[in-house]
Amino acid sequence: MTADATPALVEDKHAAAGPRVRKASAYPRYLAGKVAGAAVSLLAVLVTSFFLFRLIPGDPVKTMTGGRQVSAEQLAAYREEFGLDLPLWRQFTDYCGKALTGDFGTSYQFRAPVVDKITEALPNTLLLTGTAFVLYTALGIFLGTRSAWRHGKLGDRVNTGLALTLYSIPSFWLGLLLIIVLAVGIGPIPGMFPTGGMESGGKEGFAYVVDVAHHLVLPVVTLVAVEYGQTLLVTRSALLDEMGSDYLTTARAKGLRDDLVRRRHAVPNALLPTVTLIFINLGRTVAGVILVETVFSWPGLGGLFYQALSVPDLPLVQGLFFVFAAAVIVMNTLADLVYPLLDPRVAR
Amino acid sequence: MTTTTGTGLGPRALARQRRRASVARFWRQYRSERAGLYGLTALALCALLALFAPLFVGSDVSSVTDAPGRPMQSPSAEFPLGTDQFGRDLLGLVIWGSRVSLLVGLLAAVLSVAIGTLIGVTAGHFKGWYATVMMRITDWFLVMPTLVLAIALATVMSRSLTTTVVAIGVTTWPTTARLVRAQTLAVETRPYIERARALGGGHWHIMSRHVLPNVMPLVLAQTTLIISSAILAEATLAFLGLGDPTVVSWGGLLQDAREAGAVSAGDWWYLVPPGIAIAVVALAFTLCGRAVESVLNPRLGVSR
Repeated sequence: MTADATPALVEDKHAAAGPRVRKASAYPRYLAGKVAGAAVSLLAVLVTSFFLFRLIPGDPVKTMTGGRQVSAEQLAAYREEFGLDLPLWRQFTDYCGKALTGDFGTSYQFRAPVVDKITEALPNTLLLTGTAFVLYTALGIFLGTRSAWRHGKLGDRVNTGLALTLYSIPSFWLGLLLIIVLAVGIGPIPGMFPTGGMESGGKEGFAYVVDVAHHLVLPVVTLVAVEYGQTLLVTRSALLDEMGSDYLTTARAKGLRDDLVRRRHAVPNALLPTVTLIFINLGRTVAGVILVETVFSWPGLGGLFYQALSVPDLPLVQGLFFVFAAAVIVMNTLADLVYPLLDPRVAR
Repeated sequence: MTTTTGTGLGPRALARQRRRASVARFWRQYRSERAGLYGLTALALCALLALFAPLFVGSDVSSVTDAPGRPMQSPSAEFPLGTDQFGRDLLGLVIWGSRVSLLVGLLAAVLSVAIGTLIGVTAGHFKGWYATVMMRITDWFLVMPTLVLAIALATVMSRSLTTTVVAIGVTTWPTTARLVRAQTLAVETRPYIERARALGGGHWHIMSRHVLPNVMPLVLAQTTLIISSAILAEATLAFLGLGDPTVVSWGGLLQDAREAGAVSAGDWWYLVPPGIAIAVVALAFTLCGRAVESVLNPRLGVSR
């Protein structure tokens, strides 16, 4: 990081790199490169998701019939229905061709198109991860800033210690504990929250919103607790890097209040590395939500993935694997695209 | 590197002496990291407990058939942590489980770091198409959601400890590879590498004698950090029922607890100990790793 480079030095580098005209055209080319890279990654994920799950031992047709007595003709009919009678390379080309048009086949266990199952569960996952994401990012940045500003003091030590501890806790364990204490209730503590699911049913309008929010509390608290630590630590060390900079001394010498120096001068610069992390975290949270959704029986993508794995329901697993990996790839690419707009030194 | 042998020592003895001195310097600096010392102490205790577990608990602690207590007893003088659904002593199980959790965490981290170091050093040393291909593969693994890939691998293979180790090791190496490659590139620009090459040192000689010792400190810090996430990953896989069902591990105990209905019955004493064990060990490794990191690279400022 050239965090302490003065603006004058940066200008000099631009001048040395070439005429200003070239600089203006750098971003589109950078953008095209990043998008092409992301497309290649997505294709690679598509290929992997096909071959990886073919390695699962066992006959998918046998699993589908669930051990019932089925005649050989029926088995053959099943195989034909799901295209399992074709040679592997034909299955692969069919799979890729269909996937490119957004068709991931039919789920074995639900007998419904995979795309329908995914679009059904996606909003629930987005609601859960979105809420948690906004909260843990805000909390991480807020506490990280405070921690760095008073680094070495007791408050900072407590803050980082707590963040590291929560970061080391398995999310599913924290979820189970919260269920026991706050949903089931132990001793004098009554059960205040539902143990799982997303709604109690039979509610409409405003009551429905309140009901869903009530169900949302525990899973969101779990996610926030295990995720905010990383944002806090990155914000803190980025801000500490900035603290010694000359421009902060200048700002203070101008007579600005401490609070203004921090808010207007130090934090905006320190947030640059945090932006990358925020996007990457969002992608990771979507994938990491598998555990929390399983523990809280939240009807989202993660819970669906767990159900699909235990069958194993090949088309559904493939489709979900693709969605999870795509979420990470898209978020990484977005981080790459936004970053140079915030920090022009990158896209030269 | 100095070439003076004025003290009368041979080159080997000299190198040994220098190495001892740098270890001593490292330890001096490490001691000033308070959090790192806490982590190290906790780890030493856990390691001793795991090593000497057979002295406290018999190997029949996980036997379902001759369990000492009644099912699901809450903590008492006889069973300080209570019993599980088969009447087995939970304290004994948690102690016994430390063996598997620590072993799998260590092995998976070693596998992961070994792959990462191998790919990082070679990709930094051999430039050209080899490096391009290797870094493409690394980037591809880097964008994969690690947990999802590990779950997928564990599903595909049979349920065993080897599977867990491989699933974690194969999915977590890319960060190490990137770090090691960057360090290799930096080391290879130094003049003594050129000297070694001019004296006829081959690829193997340069990589093993000059590059590897220089990336080792980084690898050490990385290993400590990865062990902590490997232990968490092991617990996660076991909790999802993808671990070896025949052994006792902390993640497996949590899965047992959930399946036995400990959650809805409010039997918190069944769930709390294995989770605390996981968190303590993972935290201890993280603290050690951060301390090593800040000794090696004070500019990182993690613990300033």
